[in-house]
Amino acid sequence: MTLFLQQMLNGLLDGVYYLLIALGLSLIFSLGGIVNLAHGAFYALGAYLTIVISPYLGFSGAFVAAPVAVALLGVVIERLMFRRFYRSDPILSLLLTFGLAMVAEQALRWYFGAPPLSYSMPRELRGQIFIGDFVYSYYRTILLVVAAACVMAIWLLLNRTSFGRVVRAGVQNPDMVGALGISLQPYMTAVAALGIGLAGLAGVLLAPIYAIHPAMGQEIITPAFVVCVIGGLGSFWGVVAAAILVGLVKGFMVAIDYSAGSIAAIYFLMFVVLLVRPRGLFGERIQRFE
Amino acid sequence: MTDLIRPSRRGLIKGAGAATLAAGVGMPAISRAQADVIRIGHLTPRTGFLGPLGEYAVMAVDLAVEEINAAGGVMGRKIEALKEDSVNPQTASTKAERMIERDKVMAIVGEISSASCLTIAQVADRTKTLFINTGGNSDALRGKDCKKFMFHIESQNSMYVKTAGRSLMQQGLISGKKIYSLTADYAFGHDLTSVAKRFMTANKGELVADDLVPTDATDFSAYLLKIRNAKPDLVISNLAGNQITNFLKQYSEFGLTFPVAGFGFDTALAWAAGKDNFLGTWPVVWHHLIDTPKTKAFVAAFTKKYGKPPENQAWGDYMMMKVLAQSIAETKSTDSIKLMEHWEKGAKFDLLKTREGYFRASDHQMMHEMYTVTAMAPAQVKNQWDIFTSSAAVPGANESLEIIATTPEEASCKFPT
Repeated sequence: MTLFLQQMLNGLLDGVYYLLIALGLSLIFSLGGIVNLAHGAFYALGAYLTIVISPYLGFSGAFVAAPVAVALLGVVIERLMFRRFYRSDPILSLLLTFGLAMVAEQALRWYFGAPPLSYSMPRELRGQIFIGDFVYSYYRTILLVVAAACVMAIWLLLNRTSFGRVVRAGVQNPDMVGALGISLQPYMTAVAALGIGLAGLAGVLLAPIYAIHPAMGQEIITPAFVVCVIGGLGSFWGVVAAAILVGLVKGFMVAIDYSAGSIAAIYFLMFVVLLVRPRGLFGERIQRFE
Repeated sequence: MTDLIRPSRRGLIKGAGAATLAAGVGMPAISRAQADVIRIGHLTPRTGFLGPLGEYAVMAVDLAVEEINAAGGVMGRKIEALKEDSVNPQTASTKAERMIERDKVMAIVGEISSASCLTIAQVADRTKTLFINTGGNSDALRGKDCKKFMFHIESQNSMYVKTAGRSLMQQGLISGKKIYSLTADYAFGHDLTSVAKRFMTANKGELVADDLVPTDATDFSAYLLKIRNAKPDLVISNLAGNQITNFLKQYSEFGLTFPVAGFGFDTALAWAAGKDNFLGTWPVVWHHLIDTPKTKAFVAAFTKKYGKPPENQAWGDYMMMKVLAQSIAETKSTDSIKLMEHWEKGAKFDLLKTREGYFRASDHQMMHEMYTVTAMAPAQVKNQWDIFTSSAAVPGANESLEIIATTPEEASCKFPT
């Protein structure tokens, strides 16, 4: 396999790391209209919890416990904070979550210290997979499977269950849902917990391969937003497609030997998409935001 | 609002919460002082991607001040450090100005970012106040951008490259070998790479590729595939900050086996990579395993106070506070010009290493020993801190300390008069 093809394939897989973050962001935005700038902080918390939990329950224990803990925190934050802002100007919730992100980052710095902490991949997950000349890490294939499973599970939840029907109706027309005698409140809480739990899961999954430091949330939130905007805020498959596209563009820049521009390229992509199609690739019309 | 006149309990709690928050976020830690103390300004990045190293610097300054004052201060006066987050080059220069003009500090110590060093140095030169750089590496600061009132206890990039280079030459990894390098795409990385290229050209190494890595890139898989394809004899990291940790973790994840070395390094990043992922040969200005009584005492005191050993950035800031105190005592003065003359005349300082160091008059660079550290096999590692072995001091005991520094041809400093 030529290096060019290898880079494109790697890029294709690369985008998936943003997917779990972007999907949660998109979910919370489409139901509550909240742009959650603190989403990266939950990702960082997931990674830190992995360090805390692993000595007791191992990586597999952290894999289950950390996202659940983060999701429970999500419930608290939704009940105490997000709830007050569903009907107000989005700029207010933006300020709220912006502040929350800073508080969370400083709290991590205060509790765990500013220097990055070490966390190593469990031995049994180490190793590589070779496909011709192409080499890929065994761990990352697991990561891809988990991400794909999450995407499928969320799609099924939204499209094949009564829960999903109410959520989708709430996205389109919350007043009508209310008129039908359904309280959206518990659904809002569940969606926020789900979205935030996904960020926590991403934190667990990336802890073995990325540096763990208090500002790691900031690092990932910007590209995750880019993915959301390109895909169209609130669009499920849009986010999935955009994550893959962003990865491909990055891979392409490295493949043509211009790695210095690999990050700039994804912003350029967003720029072009917004110019040509301000709703994003698959952005749907949402009555409330028209 | 009646709440303002007769605050409800709820309102009070809210208000108190908000005030605590505001205090935590907005107020720099400045304590007002009496006139008979010697005030020293400390500026270093405490947030952002250099923040982790800055935290070590701050811990070290606190320890140094505590030790100096416990021993009776300097000339009967206590030392007081005014510490702030330098944030970025613009803020660094504003804060330096305020420290000098309003708080009357006698000198400013600190920094990690070479760009901020430059803006602080401009203020220092204008106000004729000493600035001692403890963490900015770029050769340019000691060359074309050098300033009369700026001194450097941190080594320059050339010293790092020549120190690591010497060890790599001994391992036979430079001459006639294919070298692949990754470079952090900002001022520090570019400066380091140009020095590294000069070294490789001079020693017949063949640079087959040099990839620029954006500073906010966290994923190295694409670079790892390219490296694997190029089959180099040596992979060189000219990366910075968390990039190094990310690179090391993923290098071992992808199972690459080409030898790794770096020309820029901080111990904290190796600790963050952990014993299973740390590998290769790296240069350091100081590390916590140096076998001298003074280093052992410093490591013990730091570990006792903070529960973890100091990393190389802590050494720079700790050492400089000690050097300043010693120099004030020797010259019986806090005057910048007098101190500068004292240093330019070649005053010697115990830097916790085997040989004493001194500031080179021509560019104000501290001449001192450096070390290379080499990762230990994970099985030999006993704790999370002692994960490398050290070379002997570089240069060797019978060599001039200046042989690893820039020559006048490589970088010339003409102090603006």
